[in-house]
Amino acid sequence: MGEGIETFYQVIRRQGITRRSFTKFCSLTAASLGLGATGASTIAHALETKPRVPVIWMHGLECTCCSESFIRSAHPLVKDVILSMISLDYDDTIMAAAGHQAEAILVDTKEKYKGQYVLAVEGNPPLNEDGMYCIDGGRPFVERLKWMAADAAAVLAWGSCASWGCVQAAKPNPTHAVPIDQVIRDKPIVKVPGCPPIAEVMTAVITYINTFGRLPDLDRQGRPKMFYSQRIHDKCYRRGHFDAGQFVESWDDDGARKGYCLYKMGCRGPTTYNACSTVRWNNGVSFPIQSGHGCIGCSEDGFWDNGPFYNRLSNVRQFGIEANADQIGGVAAGVVGTAVAVHAGVTVVKRLTTKRNGNGDSGPHGG
Amino acid sequence: MGIQTPNGFSLDNSGKRIVVDPVTRIEGHLRVEVNVDEANVIRNAVSTGTMWRGIEVILRGRDPRDAWAFTQRICGVCTGTHALTSVRTVENALGISIPENANSIRNVMQMALYVHDHIVHFYHLHALDWVDVVSALSADPKATSQLAQSISAWPLSSPGYFKDLQGRLKKFVESGQLGPFKNGYWGHPAYKLPPEANLMAVAHYLEALDFQKEMVKIHTIYGGKNPHPNWLVGGVPCAINIDQNGAVGAVNMERLNLVSDIIDRMVVFTEQVYLPDLQAIASFYKDWLYGGGLSSQNVLAYGDVPEHANDYSSASLKLPRGAILNGNLKEVFEVDLTDPNQVQEWVTHSWYTYPDEARGLHPWDGVTEPHYELGPNAKGSRTEIIEIDESAKYSWLKAPRWKGHAMEVGPLARWIVGYAQGKPDFTEPTNKLLTDLGVPVTALFSTLGRTAARALECQWAAHQLRYFQNKLVTNIKNGDLATANVTKWSPETWPKEAKGVGFTEAPRGALGHWIKIKDTKIDNYQCVVPTTWNGSPRDPAGNIGAFEAALLGTPMADPTQPLEIIRTLHSFDPCLACSTHVMSPDGQDMAKVTVR
Repeated sequence: MGEGIETFYQVIRRQGITRRSFTKFCSLTAASLGLGATGASTIAHALETKPRVPVIWMHGLECTCCSESFIRSAHPLVKDVILSMISLDYDDTIMAAAGHQAEAILVDTKEKYKGQYVLAVEGNPPLNEDGMYCIDGGRPFVERLKWMAADAAAVLAWGSCASWGCVQAAKPNPTHAVPIDQVIRDKPIVKVPGCPPIAEVMTAVITYINTFGRLPDLDRQGRPKMFYSQRIHDKCYRRGHFDAGQFVESWDDDGARKGYCLYKMGCRGPTTYNACSTVRWNNGVSFPIQSGHGCIGCSEDGFWDNGPFYNRLSNVRQFGIEANADQIGGVAAGVVGTAVAVHAGVTVVKRLTTKRNGNGDSGPHGG
Repeated sequence: MGIQTPNGFSLDNSGKRIVVDPVTRIEGHLRVEVNVDEANVIRNAVSTGTMWRGIEVILRGRDPRDAWAFTQRICGVCTGTHALTSVRTVENALGISIPENANSIRNVMQMALYVHDHIVHFYHLHALDWVDVVSALSADPKATSQLAQSISAWPLSSPGYFKDLQGRLKKFVESGQLGPFKNGYWGHPAYKLPPEANLMAVAHYLEALDFQKEMVKIHTIYGGKNPHPNWLVGGVPCAINIDQNGAVGAVNMERLNLVSDIIDRMVVFTEQVYLPDLQAIASFYKDWLYGGGLSSQNVLAYGDVPEHANDYSSASLKLPRGAILNGNLKEVFEVDLTDPNQVQEWVTHSWYTYPDEARGLHPWDGVTEPHYELGPNAKGSRTEIIEIDESAKYSWLKAPRWKGHAMEVGPLARWIVGYAQGKPDFTEPTNKLLTDLGVPVTALFSTLGRTAARALECQWAAHQLRYFQNKLVTNIKNGDLATANVTKWSPETWPKEAKGVGFTEAPRGALGHWIKIKDTKIDNYQCVVPTTWNGSPRDPAGNIGAFEAALLGTPMADPTQPLEIIRTLHSFDPCLACSTHVMSPDGQDMAKVTVR
C-alpha cells in the first residue's frame, strides 16, 4: 500500500472504531444489499484491502435533488462515505475550491487516476445552442462531460436527468437535453433513476462498486437489478386493498383516511420500477403512497409526458388493465386471481416495450 | 473606464480581470468576473447565470394540478417551496380554499425546509468561506472544549470528543486524498478564526451533516419523501385518522409524535449549535463588513407563513411583506404582485429577446425567446468564453425590477423589512445580536449581516414549526380532520379562462409564480425567483443587481484565490437552477427555440 493510500479498514481502525463495530457495519451493509452472511465477509475483506476510489461528481442541467438525496443516506452515513469510503475529489455542490482551483482538480484526476476514477453525473447535457444552455468553465457542459468520461473507469448516471432526461427533456424539450448515454458511448454506465433516487440506493450502488470492484448486475435498461427489478405496486403495503377493490375515490375521503389503494387517483405504482415500497424513504420513514399521494413514476423514462398525474393509468398506453379497477371494486372477493394474471401480462408487455436501442445489458462485469 | 450606475455604484473595468467559473458550493451554474484596481479592490463585477432549462415552456398545455411537480423540479435544494408556490398560484386562479389543517401542515413543511436549508447552507455551503479546515489540525482539544462549553450547553463538547475528531481529520488530511477539501484556500489571510474555533466548526459541520437527514423526515411524513415531497391543489395529500380503522395508514398519533420529536431536536440544534457558532464566528469577522451591496438601499419581501388558511394579507402573514427604497427604513411600501407596473423583467443584458427591449414586462404578459450571443468585446468564442462583455447580453438570468428598482431579496431583506415595521419577532433578536457583538445596526448591511439574518431566521422558523404543529394538533383535538377541499378538483368546475398569482418566501427570498389557465390547461406560467432578483444582470438603465453590487469595494488578499468573492456570493445562497427559466409567449412555435 503506497503512501497516502489507505484502506477503509485502516482508516476506521485509526479512528478508534473497534473490529466488532466494523464487522457489524459490514453485516448491516450486506443486509441492506440483500447479500447475507457471506456477503458481509466479502465486504469486510474488500474494505480492508482497497484504497479509496476517486469520484468526480459533475452537474449538468439539474436541480441538485440527487446531491440532496445522497447526503440523506442513513446507512452508511454520508460523512463516512466521504471521509472513509470514497475520495470525492470534485463535486461543485460541496467542494471547497472554486474557479481555477476547482478546474485544476479535473485535470489532475485525469492524469493521476486515468482509468481508475468513477465519474458520477447528476443532470444532463443540453445539445441545442452549441451546448451553451449549460456552461461550465466558459465551455459547453457536454464537452466537459465527454472529456472527463474519456478516462473514467465507469460512469454513474444519478437520477432521472442523467438516466432518461427528466423534466427539462419533457416535451417540447427546448434545450434538447439528452440522457448521458447519448453522449458517452464507450463506458459502462450504471443508471440510478428517480427524481431523486433513494439515498440508501445511491450509497449502496457506490459501496457495491467499492466493495466488489465491479458494477452491479444491470437490467436491459442499465439499472441495478437489485433495486429496480420490481414494481412499486408489487411490494406496496396497500396492495391488499387493490386486490380487494378498495380504492380512494376522492382526496381526504373515507378510503384515503383508511389507507386504501390510490390507483384511481392516478398512482403509477403499477408501472414504476423502483425500491420505494421496500427500502422506503429517509431511513424507511415513509414513501409517497404511505403519505397519501400516488406514485408519479419518477424513476421511469419519460414519466413527465405520461400525465396528467391524476388520470388513472388506463389512459397510459403500456398499462393494460383499463377499467378493471371499477370491475374489481364491484366484485371484490373473487378477482384476486384475475388481477394477478393481468399483472403478469402487463409485465411481459412492459419488458418488450421498454427495450431501448444501444442500451443493452451491460452485464455484471462492465467495470 | 469609470461608469456611475443610476443606483449609485461606481464601476471601473479598466483593472485586472478575474474570472471565477464555476462558482462552487451553490445550486446550479454561475460565473462571476470582476476587475480589481492596483490595490486589489474590486471595482467592477459581472454575474452570469450559466444554465437554462425552460421549465415554463414545458408547462404549457399541461394540467394546472400537475404544475407543482414540474416547478418543484426547478430546485431540489429548496425542495417544496416552488411546489407550495405553485399550488397557491393555481388555487388563487381557480378560487380554491384549503382547510385549516392543510395550512398548518404546509407551514410546518415550509418551516422545516427553512431550518434544514439554512443549516445546510451555513455549514455545508458557506462555512468553508470562514472556517479553515487545515488550521483545525493545530487546535488544542482542551481549549476547544473550553471554548465550546463557554458558548453553549451542547453536550458534544468534551476534550476527548474534539481530540478524536481532530485525529480523524488529521489522518484524513495525511492520507493525501482530500476529497471535497482538495485545493481549498487553506491558510488564506482572509481566514480569521483561531484553530480552536476552526476545530469546533469542523465538528459541527459533520454533526450538521448527520442531523440534516433527520430534519427532512417531517417532509417524508407529510409528503412521502424528501427531496421532492408531494403536494396537492386544494390541501395536502396526507389524510388524518387518529381513531378509526386504518389509522396506521394515515397521519396518526405515532406520526404526529415523530414530527414533534424532530421539531424539538431542530430547536435545540439551532439554539445550541447554529446560533452560538454564528455568534462565535461573527465575533472574529466583525471588522470584515464588506458585501452590503443593495441591502442598505433596496430590499423586497412578499411575506409568507399565513396564520389563517387562505388569508394572504399582510396582517395574516407572519413573515413580513413590503419594499424599502433608498435605505429609508421609515417607509415600507405595499407590494402588489398583480400590478403590471410593479414586478417587471428586462432582457437587454440577458440571453433572450423582446420585441421592444426598452420595456419591462409583467410576468402575466412576459415574452421569452432565448437568444444566445456574446458582445463584441467578449474574449474567446461562443463555445469558449474567456471574458464576458457586460456591455451586451451576458446572462441566462433576466433582470427583474420592482417599479424599476433593482432589489435584494432573502433572509436579510425579510429581516430589514420586519425590523423597519418594528415587529418584535424581528427587532428583538436582531438588537440582541448586535449588542452582543458590539456592532451598530449598519453592520447588518454586509455579507456577515446576510449570514447572521439567516441564523436568526432559522431560530424563528424552528419556533414556528412548534407553533403550527401544536395548532394542527389542537385543531384535530377539536374534531377537524379535513386536509383537502375537492369541490373544485374536477376541471369541469373551472371557468373557461382564469389567471392567478401565488407567492412564498423561499429560503433564498421572494418567490412568485404567475399562471394563465385556458380551457383547463396551462396557457402561460412564469416564475420570478429569488436568485433572479439577486443575481440579475444589468437593466437598460444600467442598474446593477445585488450580487454585482455586493462585490464592489471588497479588497482581495490574493486575486488568484477568490475566497472573498465566493464568501460574499455564498452569503446570498445562490440557486441558479431556480433563477434561469423562461416563459413561452402566446402561440410561440417551439421550433423557434430549437435553434442552430
